[in-house]
Amino acid sequence: MTVLSRQAGTHTLNEPLTDGEVLRIRNDFPILDQDVNGHPLVYLDSGATSQKPISVMEAEQEFYEQRNSAVHRGAHTLAVAATDVFEDARATVAAFIGAEGNELVWTQNATAGLNLIAYSFGNASVGAIPEQEKKFALTAGDEVLVTEMEHHANLIPWQELCRRTGATLRFIPVHDDGTLDMEAAATLLNERTKVFAFTHVSNVTGVINPVAELTSMAHAVGALVVLDACQSAPHLPLDVKALDVDFAVFSGHKMLGPTGIGGLYGRAELLDAMPPFLTGGSMITTVTMDQAQYLPAPQRFEAGTQSISQAVALAAAVNYLEETGMARIHDWEAALGQRLVSGLEAIEGIRVLGPASGIPRAGLASFEVAGVHAHDVGQYLDAAGIAVRVGHHCAQPLHRRLGLSASTRASAYLYNTRADVDAFLTAVAGVRGYFGVEVETTP
Amino acid sequence: MSALDSLYQQIILEQSKARHGADLANDQLQGQHLPPNVGQCHQLNPVCGDEITLRLETEDGGAGRTVSGIHWAGDGCAISMASASILSELVVGLGVEEVTGLIGNFRTLMRSRGKLEADEEILGDAAALSGVSKYPARVKCAMLAWVAAEDALNQIT
Ligand SMILES: Cc1ncc(COP(=O)(O)O)c(C=O)c1O
Repeated sequence: MTVLSRQAGTHTLNEPLTDGEVLRIRNDFPILDQDVNGHPLVYLDSGATSQKPISVMEAEQEFYEQRNSAVHRGAHTLAVAATDVFEDARATVAAFIGAEGNELVWTQNATAGLNLIAYSFGNASVGAIPEQEKKFALTAGDEVLVTEMEHHANLIPWQELCRRTGATLRFIPVHDDGTLDMEAAATLLNERTKVFAFTHVSNVTGVINPVAELTSMAHAVGALVVLDACQSAPHLPLDVKALDVDFAVFSGHKMLGPTGIGGLYGRAELLDAMPPFLTGGSMITTVTMDQAQYLPAPQRFEAGTQSISQAVALAAAVNYLEETGMARIHDWEAALGQRLVSGLEAIEGIRVLGPASGIPRAGLASFEVAGVHAHDVGQYLDAAGIAVRVGHHCAQPLHRRLGLSASTRASAYLYNTRADVDAFLTAVAGVRGYFGVEVETTP
Repeated sequence: MSALDSLYQQIILEQSKARHGADLANDQLQGQHLPPNVGQCHQLNPVCGDEITLRLETEDGGAGRTVSGIHWAGDGCAISMASASILSELVVGLGVEEVTGLIGNFRTLMRSRGKLEADEEILGDAAALSGVSKYPARVKCAMLAWVAAEDALNQIT
């Protein structure tokens, strides 16, 4: 509710973002205002981690200056104040993705969230399985389905789960342009599929998957859907209820928040039925020397002291995003993504991974420079003050599928201007000449 | 010279394309059934995917064991490829102990964060890699072939 009224109070929310407003936004991010290697910093690595506005840093500092205390333990005034802001933060971040507060579990990051789900399902698969846990239990003959475009964080936990339970891991291949093979998806999703885990937005190609369609296909065969929202929650309006996914994970540090905090959304009835992963303090009701009873979700999954100041700061980040408007952020970044791709396509010797210009993609582009290794491309750009990511971006199978071992990625956020993209493109145009691999003119 | 130019000196760009010694055949990559005078090692830099498989052959000369051949296959950035190429040109004909000393010398240079002057008498073209030591993130790239060579030697001696 608070979120809605805040949005309504900002008059410009219906109009697109402009260069002028982005320049104002940049004032909130002090780190952007610096020279790197003698050039103004052009930060195009938000896909790896985003920068933080002053309000987020202040929220964390304010917590330590005014309220720092343990939450959910103790009756003193500070403990109550800390618990209040911690739980308010949960409600704010849950509302941001269209969920209820009790459906949001704090995790360290997306990786921790995905492992939590996989280990919980693993725990449900061993010993005498209580009735309510049966829908999570895996055994030989069951299948876990992922896609070929997954980040390692949404692949390896499932490999391990399958190894422990005897279930089979299968994957939906991608087309040459990085989009998902929907025909293959239709056949690979079958009555043996128990879990379908896939990314909303590829961190390599910028492909945006049709989540609602894939989810209804999965539900039609009775599979649970796990959405990796790492590259979508920060960049587009996300409504987990409208998409109807069963679980979703995201990382705070990629959405203007601090490191050390992320979220796991799970439908309330699922979270309440799932066995815990980490156990210990803060997640129990009655404990004897033999056994323990567990709190309902989300506390059941929050053993031990949590990342409190980080959760509070993540709520401040979410407020910042809401005040700017997620739809406007998405449109701005989509335009930057198109500018990146069409600019790269115009440079000789560059191969862009993923969809061609004109086809929707997120505000990022990975590419290969013929004759120059990605690491050298990144070094060259760094000397021009341009920060990009090089390597396999934690997606080795996708790179292998696209026929390379590494690429260079430029990824934008709400604080990037068109001038940032243009500075990047100008620098990229100089790479092959610098490394002496100008295109040979065929006689 | 700009910082970037001191990293990517002309020799390095040339060596990265020349790839001396990059003639290890595909069917030799596994390195099975190697005779005792041959060592082979695979090194991978998981951060950027630079990869090399390097084989060292030695023979018993009068004055002790010497390196008689070096062959590798790899893929990676200009720094890692140039470094492997330069290493290949340096070691053939050297005694095993000399190679170990050379590797130690190069490692010290790479770890110096730009504070050591490279000795061209000892390191030859590898001295041109001294600029890498100012870029801690790239030291692994430069060391890749040398670490592989060190391990290959250890298998022999
Ligand atoms: C698509 C995707 N999934 C998962 C992750 C893992 O995020 P984290 O390292 O914050 O857990 C990332 C971040 O690199 C990502 O881009």
